[in-house]
Amino acid sequence: MFYGIELSSRLLLGTARYPSPAVLERAIKTSGAEVVTVSLRREGGAGRAGQSFWSFIQSLGLRVLPNTAGCHSVKEAVMTAHMARELFDTPWIKLEVIGDADTLQPDVFGLVEAARILSEEGFEVFPYTTEDLVVADRLVEAGCRVLMPWGAPIGSARGLNNVYGLKSLRAHFPDIPLVVDAGLGVPSHAAAAMELGYDAVLLNTAVAEAGDPVAMARAFALAVEAGRAAFLAQPLEPRDMAQPSTPVIGKAVLGGD
Amino acid sequence: MRIFLNDDAHEVDAATLAAALDALGFAGRKIATAVNGRFVAAPARPSTKLADGDRIEVVAPMQGG
Repeated sequence: MFYGIELSSRLLLGTARYPSPAVLERAIKTSGAEVVTVSLRREGGAGRAGQSFWSFIQSLGLRVLPNTAGCHSVKEAVMTAHMARELFDTPWIKLEVIGDADTLQPDVFGLVEAARILSEEGFEVFPYTTEDLVVADRLVEAGCRVLMPWGAPIGSARGLNNVYGLKSLRAHFPDIPLVVDAGLGVPSHAAAAMELGYDAVLLNTAVAEAGDPVAMARAFALAVEAGRAAFLAQPLEPRDMAQPSTPVIGKAVLGGD
Repeated sequence: MRIFLNDDAHEVDAATLAAALDALGFAGRKIATAVNGRFVAAPARPSTKLADGDRIEVVAPMQGG
């Protein structure tokens, strides 16, 4: 599914903002996620947080998808990707080049440039992008074999802001794995993305900051499975007029008008 | 020699990046490094010479979304 790697779970889960490492671990296990996103930050000589997080990640035995969160320039994102590749020993990189501080909207121009550089350097790039079709085309030209359009701004819990745009993207790229990344709030948002034919969803805050993250991880896992099953079952298109579900042919004529 | 590690000034007696990292408590740690804005891969740390005023970045794994 992703750069030659087949996964059975279509839910990718972030590891940030959980109330405790124990809750994080249970949420990951309950979600069934096989890919978790991770990041990297400065650490001083006395700090041990990074080392204990690294031991925790190793103990999970899952695939990691490091991100370039917080990077606002191509140079920063490319260098962060190199550091992430060495730290986590994977060519996978969730490429974020942020263009706007309030909406955390991707800087799609910088994104395409960074994606090209990193693809040429052997990275397998998962670009966090908008649902813009032309940008998506450029990302594929740059070497991306996965696209991750946002549902809504990161952490906003607004769901799918532009269903039409996401549907167009799916129709335009039938063979590129598409992941809705960011902005999901409740399981019905994830189900909706899967019903559109998206290959997977990536979320973090919706689970981590729920009142009960472990229970919410389960709810999202069920929604992703339901949405995928619905897509494969070829759902109806909405129509304007009613259509009786009970056949009218053979209805008894009982008079009255 | 005075170097900066993640913006904090340190006096170290170390000719290379590897030696400075050892002196500052990073021996055996899971980290990635850069010097003056350039990524320095782990195998290159022993051969990366430091000069007065160099700026070292050290990052470690952390939670992310």
